[in-house]
Amino acid sequence: MATMMGEIPPFLILLLGALATPLLPIIWRPYWMVLVPIVGMVNLLLIPHGVHWQVDVLGQTLTFGRVDQLGFVFCLLFHIAALLGQIFAIHVRDLSQQIASLMYAGGAVGVALAGDLLTLVLFWEIVGVAPVLLIWASKSKEAYGSGMRYLLMQLLSGTLLIAGVVAHAHQVGSIEFDYIGLGGVGGALIFLAFGIKCAWPFFHGWVVDGYPAATPTGTVFLSAFTTKVAVYALCRGFPGTELLVYIGAAMATFPIFYAVIENDLRRVLAYSLINQVGFMMVGIGIGTELALNGAVSHAFNDVIFKGLLFMSMGAVLHLTGRMNGSDLGGLYKSMPITTVLCIVGAASISAFPLFSGFVSKSLVISAVAEEGYTVIFLALLFASAGVFHHAGIKIPYFAFFAHDSGIRTTEPPWNMLLAMAIAAVICVFNGVYPSVLYSLMPWPVDYEPYTVTHVITQLQLLAFSALAFALLMISGIYPPELRLLNLDVDWFYRGPIARFVGSTVNRSMQLGGRFMQALNRGALKAIAELYRYHGPSGLMARTMPTGRVAFWAVVMLAVYLVLDFVFM
Amino acid sequence: MSDYHKSTSDEANEGHSHGDGWFERPETVRWILRSLYATCLVLFLADALYKKKVYFDFENWFGFYALYGFIACVVLVLISKQLRKVLARSESYYDERSDGNDDG
Repeated sequence: MATMMGEIPPFLILLLGALATPLLPIIWRPYWMVLVPIVGMVNLLLIPHGVHWQVDVLGQTLTFGRVDQLGFVFCLLFHIAALLGQIFAIHVRDLSQQIASLMYAGGAVGVALAGDLLTLVLFWEIVGVAPVLLIWASKSKEAYGSGMRYLLMQLLSGTLLIAGVVAHAHQVGSIEFDYIGLGGVGGALIFLAFGIKCAWPFFHGWVVDGYPAATPTGTVFLSAFTTKVAVYALCRGFPGTELLVYIGAAMATFPIFYAVIENDLRRVLAYSLINQVGFMMVGIGIGTELALNGAVSHAFNDVIFKGLLFMSMGAVLHLTGRMNGSDLGGLYKSMPITTVLCIVGAASISAFPLFSGFVSKSLVISAVAEEGYTVIFLALLFASAGVFHHAGIKIPYFAFFAHDSGIRTTEPPWNMLLAMAIAAVICVFNGVYPSVLYSLMPWPVDYEPYTVTHVITQLQLLAFSALAFALLMISGIYPPELRLLNLDVDWFYRGPIARFVGSTVNRSMQLGGRFMQALNRGALKAIAELYRYHGPSGLMARTMPTGRVAFWAVVMLAVYLVLDFVFM
Repeated sequence: MSDYHKSTSDEANEGHSHGDGWFERPETVRWILRSLYATCLVLFLADALYKKKVYFDFENWFGFYALYGFIACVVLVLISKQLRKVLARSESYYDERSDGNDDG
């Protein structure tokens, strides 16, 4: 086994690990879940850069292992995320969640190393479908609906990708997955497919609808993989596409308004996830080495600190069964360690100096400034202040402080604390020693985050955001946490579109039903007639061959009838 | 979920009152707020002490980042409040609608 390390395709370890899980005794499974990503990570670290595992299928060469620094960083990140998520979920005894979470990670790793577009499609679909089980595992009516809507958007992305790949391959005569650009129809379709998975505005409904519906542990996986897989894909296929700068700025700003008035704290985090991915979009859109390094390093940090925040909220949900800001508060008394760990995540996402967000977000903002995008620069500053406001202050404040809800609980199980503690250590480590993170980047990083100007201006921005929060709270202007939901894009497909589709389907079902009835009546009549002529005593049975043909026709009709009943 | 336990009013009367925690004491809140005001003041004045290295001219305005952060958050909250008036619905909004559809 040891000698094989470095020779196994990374996705295979995770996928086979997932498939082997049911064979193990129930009590071993959670530890197996932890072991698999560790083995995967060791294997990954031993793979030399280059092209590996090429397979010829139907005249096309599929590349399952294009290992360069860009793919490697994301691959490493996905392994770390899988490991943290699995440690966090050690107490879970649900086989479907266990299999789904490992397959999900395997799909993400597969995308990061896919050297051609067909391999990309294959893993893209795994990343699309596997996580639905993590939403459905909540076993509520709402979760079922959210999962369905989630699946719908993922399948839309997958379908657009397939169409785009076919068109693109036809146009350029190659299925290689490298720079694609918006040169043709294929490129545009692929761009849109990636965008849906990135939760672009108007396609972001599945994030804010699906993520809060998943299980406490499931959301941790969801937040790590899907959008970051798409960030990777855009980094690979569309660097320097200017449209992304504007899309990213919109993503960085609009969700923070929602986050301020949202009551479900995991949905607040879902909005803030879109906000952070917005920064990555801007970085990819700018497309300079500084900007792309910014997008990649921020994706890396975001997976860890967003994971930490989702874990801390998952722990609260696991212990109290509640997730609304209006129902929580005062939990610092019974969960002091979780409170501190959550604050580390909050400080990281807010880009406090010495925390991870500070050293990666600033790469993107500096790149924006260097290229002279004044309005985008101001928008990102606004988004930076806003993210501190809603994720940095609101999340810890309403969960652990604010008014005492009277809820008394305990710290979460050891495994949850351990996963959060490891994530918190990474957040601080990356903030204090950014050179390690920078050394992993695809391009050389010539950037010093800890300049006097940067530290002081960032502290000014954050301190005065906190001041605004405090004054708005004291004056009673700050909107209270209310048990309300806020309409978002999912309204369209839960409302008008659903009704339209529903009524159309209903009508066509009725029409189809009538057609089928008529057909059935016809078929029954036909059988009776056939039996009369071709049955044992029938006229046509006197000649054997004709009788046999007729017999088989009857059998086929019978099969048709059976199928008809089964599928009606 | 089984660990969930909400203190009853009886317990609260027995001395575990909700104002019990360190962070709820008025003197703590006052102390936190004063520290925040002091920090803000120091950071605002810090602009006088060094030469900023910036990309845009407006970044050189005295206290630009401080004021921008403050105004951004106030604007954010005020707009969000208006947004809530338009977008907020009861929690059972979608359930009621889908039930209605089922009946229809």
